[in-house]
Amino acid sequence: MELLLDSLFNGVAIGSVLLVAALGLAIVFGLMGVINLAHGELMMLGAYTTYVTQLIFKLPILKPFYNSYIIVSIFLAFIVSGVVGILLEKTIIRKLYGSPLETLLATWGVSLILQQFVRSVPLAYGTGLVISLLIGLFLPTTFPSKIKESINFKYFKFSSWIFAALTGVLTGSLISSSVSKLSRASARNVDVTAPSWMRGQVEIIGTAFPKTRLMIIVITLISVIAITLFLNQSAWGMRIRAVTQNRQMSDCLGISTEKVDIITFGIGSGLAGVAGVAVSLLGSVGPNVGGNYIVGCFMVVVLGGVGNLLGTVLASFGIGIMTDLIGAGRLLSIWPDMPLPLTNTINFFATTSMARVMIFALIVIFLQFKPTGLFPQKGRMVEN
Amino acid sequence: MSLSKIKFDKKIVLSFWIILIALIIAAPTLLPVFRLNLLGRYLSLSIVALGVDLIWGYTGLLSLGQGIFFALGGYCAAMYLQITSSSEFPNNIPEFFALYGVEKLPFFWGPFRSPVFTFFAIWIIPALVAGLIGFLVFRNRIKGVYFSILTQASLLVFFNFFNGQQKLINGTNGLKTDVTQLFGQMVGSESMQRIFFWITAILVIAAWFFAKWVVKGRFGNILIGIRDDEPRVRFTGYNPVIFKTIIFSIAGGLAGISGALYTVQSGIVSPQFMTVPFSIEMVIWVAVGGRGTLLGAILGAVFINYAKSLVSEALPASWMFIQGGLFILVVTALPEGVLGWIQGDGPRNLLQRFGLKRKIETYPSLEVTNKEGNNE
Repeated sequence: MELLLDSLFNGVAIGSVLLVAALGLAIVFGLMGVINLAHGELMMLGAYTTYVTQLIFKLPILKPFYNSYIIVSIFLAFIVSGVVGILLEKTIIRKLYGSPLETLLATWGVSLILQQFVRSVPLAYGTGLVISLLIGLFLPTTFPSKIKESINFKYFKFSSWIFAALTGVLTGSLISSSVSKLSRASARNVDVTAPSWMRGQVEIIGTAFPKTRLMIIVITLISVIAITLFLNQSAWGMRIRAVTQNRQMSDCLGISTEKVDIITFGIGSGLAGVAGVAVSLLGSVGPNVGGNYIVGCFMVVVLGGVGNLLGTVLASFGIGIMTDLIGAGRLLSIWPDMPLPLTNTINFFATTSMARVMIFALIVIFLQFKPTGLFPQKGRMVEN
Repeated sequence: MSLSKIKFDKKIVLSFWIILIALIIAAPTLLPVFRLNLLGRYLSLSIVALGVDLIWGYTGLLSLGQGIFFALGGYCAAMYLQITSSSEFPNNIPEFFALYGVEKLPFFWGPFRSPVFTFFAIWIIPALVAGLIGFLVFRNRIKGVYFSILTQASLLVFFNFFNGQQKLINGTNGLKTDVTQLFGQMVGSESMQRIFFWITAILVIAAWFFAKWVVKGRFGNILIGIRDDEPRVRFTGYNPVIFKTIIFSIAGGLAGISGALYTVQSGIVSPQFMTVPFSIEMVIWVAVGGRGTLLGAILGAVFINYAKSLVSEALPASWMFIQGGLFILVVTALPEGVLGWIQGDGPRNLLQRFGLKRKIETYPSLEVTNKEGNNE
């Protein structure tokens, strides 16, 4: 019983990281049919945001609130990755709708640039750049409608970009002068230390669980609930679902698909940032941190099917639990006296990397029966 | 995509071939060994690029997992070389086995004692693996992005497998070939490298002709049909699954040959050949060169790799930016690639933009150009 609980918990912990990482990917893929290969790098940005937030909270002014930095960083990571995602959508992805393979290649290019950016630009100035992007993209939308409709709006927009650039440079140099660790570019991995209240373990029914893992499960739970509520209760959520189901028809009915695309892509990218916070709690943060998770996320999307969050949830927990069962060789401890050849096989696959091999094989077998995933979208089209 | 192909004079074609052959014969004496070796490697990479062009440029299947077949071919060659030159090591098995306390050769190494088997294994094994993966995926009408993701995932699976099996194939460290013997000569020696260069050059040309033959005629038409409108091909009575599987395994076989040639020239095969970035790079060579133009794939592979080595020598950090920029630029601004752009209407449009050539008022394909270049 204890063993089963332990195994289940481990599986859920692995699955919840996968889930929070794959959630954004699944929504974006469902809506636009776009696979974002830069998703892993958006996660990496989220993880670096956590690191930067942590260092900034060590400054004397913010020191009293140090313990709550992780909560703040969740929101900041959402915003940072979301802004980068929106920029990506506005500049590149929008031009490539209808050609998903090209989008795949372009986003891979973006991911290379982001990785090298983190390596060769000091994090302080990176933060400054993100801040100026944030202001430049969103300041014009807050102008009163009188200005927005005026003929001189482009000048207002231009001046707001100048303001944004100045603010960015200012904050960048402010951070770089006050936090010395952020003022130099470095390709080395960095570490995020959890605040004191998150260290240690919690005991539930006689089994000890690490608190960071529990925290990740909580983050995932909140993200899933928030997204479900947003999609099912809000007006924009309804529009997103409508466009997911039938883009042309929604367009005809007056839904601005352009806005829906931006919002969805922003939210999807933001969720990648939240996933980055979760990932930063698990290990050190480096430019390649996203790459370790991205293929797992793809598997979740393939297995879960598009257009249904339940599929994503089930697929990620399924993969998580199977990873733990196979990778830790738990079947042996559940059923100790199985025949020898079977034991050998299980031992052969009882490492993390071999568990991945096994799971991939299982997924391919599964796809032979259900090629479009657990919950396929229904429709009467030649192409699916 | 209508490509109004430029027709060359027979004399020009002939002189092109003479120059090319002369260059291939002369290169080993003109170039220093280091550069020659690099050129040989890039030429061998152009074979895998040809395969990518066949499946992506002609059939519309974007595979992000060609590294699997590339590495499989490399491993086949390396296993043969290791096993034939292992007589001085204990138990008559390659040296690295002693590190892990393995005394008996794993069973699948056995057939690689035979050079004939290896010769066939280098391209048949990757082709079979590709055919199997392809069939399982295509059978369910999985296509587009799903196909790309699945190939990427299978790439990662193979990487994990090869990376983790120290006792079978030396895991992360890979198999070294440059200190092994082939026909009594050291593989890494200068004279052998020269021979490998010639073999590579001949095989590139052979692969080019083979690919040309594949895309010619009805088979090639069906491939293009699958790329442009697969349901219609199906409704016309063809079974796209068979054609896709065949072309995917052809590409796999080409990748295997390419991997074997690359391995003997770079001196090692390791799971690094199966990393995700390397396989996506193969796609960008084709994309820059011009997809759907076979020559473009070859030129793209050689030139981009050459540029990569030059840039990496001078400014190591900037190559990632340049590569990322290339991906974005090619996809958004130059979707037909450089050669496709030249063969298409690209140069004419450019000249028109600068006012050097009169704009054509009619539909371009209907245009009749007379000798003076006036269009009216």
